[in-house]
Amino acid sequence: MTIEITPELFASVPDAHGRFGRFGGKFVAETLMTALSDLEALYARLKDDAAFQREFDADLAHYVGRPSPLYEASRLSDAIGGGRIYLKREDLNHTGAHKVNNTIGQALLAKQMGKRRVIAETGAGQHGVATATVAARLGLECHVFMGEEDIRRQSLNVYRMKLLGAEVVPVTSGSRTLKDAMNEALRDWVTNVDDTFYIIGTVAGPHPYPMLVRDFQSVIGREARVQSLAQTGKLPAGLVACVGGGSNAIGLFHPFLQDAEVAMYGVEAGGKGLETGAHAAPLSMGSPGVLHGNRTYLMQDDDGQILDTHSVSAGLDYPGVGPEHAWLKDIGRVNYVAANDDEALAAFHRLTRVEGIMPALETAHAMAYAERLAADMSPDEHIIVNLSGRGDKDILTVAAIEGIEV
Amino acid sequence: MSRLNSTFARLRSEGRQGLVSYVVAGDPSPSGTVDLLHQLVASGADVLEVGVPFSDPMAEGAVIQKGHERALANGMSLQGVLEIVAGFRQADQHTPIIMMGYANPIERFGYEAFATAGAEAGVDGLITVDLPPEEVDAIDAALKAVAMDNIFLISPTTPASRIQTIVERARGFIYCVAVKGVTGSGQLDAAEVARNVALIRSKTTLPVAVGFGIKDADSARAVATVADAVVVGSALIDAMVSVGKQQPAASEGQLHAAAAALLKSIREGMDSSPS
Repeated sequence: MTIEITPELFASVPDAHGRFGRFGGKFVAETLMTALSDLEALYARLKDDAAFQREFDADLAHYVGRPSPLYEASRLSDAIGGGRIYLKREDLNHTGAHKVNNTIGQALLAKQMGKRRVIAETGAGQHGVATATVAARLGLECHVFMGEEDIRRQSLNVYRMKLLGAEVVPVTSGSRTLKDAMNEALRDWVTNVDDTFYIIGTVAGPHPYPMLVRDFQSVIGREARVQSLAQTGKLPAGLVACVGGGSNAIGLFHPFLQDAEVAMYGVEAGGKGLETGAHAAPLSMGSPGVLHGNRTYLMQDDDGQILDTHSVSAGLDYPGVGPEHAWLKDIGRVNYVAANDDEALAAFHRLTRVEGIMPALETAHAMAYAERLAADMSPDEHIIVNLSGRGDKDILTVAAIEGIEV
Repeated sequence: MSRLNSTFARLRSEGRQGLVSYVVAGDPSPSGTVDLLHQLVASGADVLEVGVPFSDPMAEGAVIQKGHERALANGMSLQGVLEIVAGFRQADQHTPIIMMGYANPIERFGYEAFATAGAEAGVDGLITVDLPPEEVDAIDAALKAVAMDNIFLISPTTPASRIQTIVERARGFIYCVAVKGVTGSGQLDAAEVARNVALIRSKTTLPVAVGFGIKDADSARAVATVADAVVVGSALIDAMVSVGKQQPAASEGQLHAAAAALLKSIREGMDSSPS
């Protein structure tokens, strides 16, 4: 596809139909269309409302703890011996990941709409925890849908959500992971649309979700841009972030899209290897289709059935991806690559041992690729990796892989 | 005149309400679905609605979801559903068949390829749950080219202005969703259904079928007093599943008979309606 990349191009998406080029849109059952229109109208009004933005910014500062630091991983960079690696420390946010930036924003919208109940889907549990957290803070009833398989591998986050007062609803349909949790959340929303706000955790789903989640997460990139200029005197040569649905990646990338000199790398879950088929890399290996309210790249078979995915990280174990990423792939602005389970685990250990920072397994995919990228760069260049979440939740998973009983 | 139009015209002239039965193609088995469809017609179905199985049927309740999962496990595909329709047509040329499914398998097949193959197999209409009017242009053009009806859902949450937009695009009949919820859910509120149907009728002369939440003769009778047709789906599948659970050795014919018997009782309930 040949599209001239101009600053105006990035401000032009999504269009009035919620489309990013041929991707995005509103592919949902009729019952939800009015709820989506209401949300769209509310957000259009609040987006540029000074009081709303002040409240959002204040919550990010005093509740989440923003701005998150931009940290130079000196020992890791020295060990690799190439470009310098900077980490955008979203792991230091309240609740331990970038997810809370978005749940704070959507909870404010829920409050404006007078909803008494919020629902969410979760894979690794980080979005579920972030939703349960804001629900506790606002006194909202909270139900989190989570695949049975993910409940097993993320038991610590399940208990965290329960402590926060949320009901964790096990999802036993399909592959029992994130995609099925999203199906179930959509079914709940159809049923309880009058009093319920659906807090979607990623930049997927029907319009306006991909847009508003992007806007709430873009605080990551806005801060990183200012911090990069302040700390290094220039913009980074590259940005690296893991991509499941893609919210942390879009949050980092979006404020830099117009900076043509900044290369971008979205790292998908290569699972057991792209060639094995056991992965979660729709941008690398999939094809366009319609799932969960939007048109995007999907892992699907020849009959249009959605395929089961595999990743060591529950948060990347999703067969689709946000429609803006699909568009950014098509126009060639972002490079989408993959790191497999073994590479992610090695990167998890390396960052933990060399920098004393334990990344989430999702984030470890970005670290694995960043190490490769930095190795081929010169020391006067630097890259920024979105350290999207901390790895405490994954300790039991890592131990189990290594045959250790904790 | 299309099969759907002539069927609704006949029902209207007879002063009867139509009965639309829904089953998932390939459930309980791909080889048995044609027989099941014939039995449903023999038991009172005026229109057959055939579910196209999808891995992620987000508007379906648990009963129909499981039907989709069984059908996919049986190897059912959109091509397979078309073959079932063609097989049914060998012995029945007049009962309308509509397909109900999700966008992705149809998109993957190709909208034009689907329209052509569907018309050839004898499909009369299509409901694509996740293609609201905003997303329907491309498939609509393909369906119009083969005179296949595009059937839209109108839900209790659809405001009057949207109903107008939808009926302008709709062909065949309007599918009025009785409850906020997934298929097979909740208790339907007959008064609310009556209000919604009246609102729809104020904007279109197309027949109105009501579905979601109709489980038995009583609920069918309540809805039949205001609608042109009632749709029964989850209850039929549940009837087959229940027999399978109670009698693990039951033949597929016995499962079909259970669905047919339930449909017959619903038909009788509707025909005893005071309207």
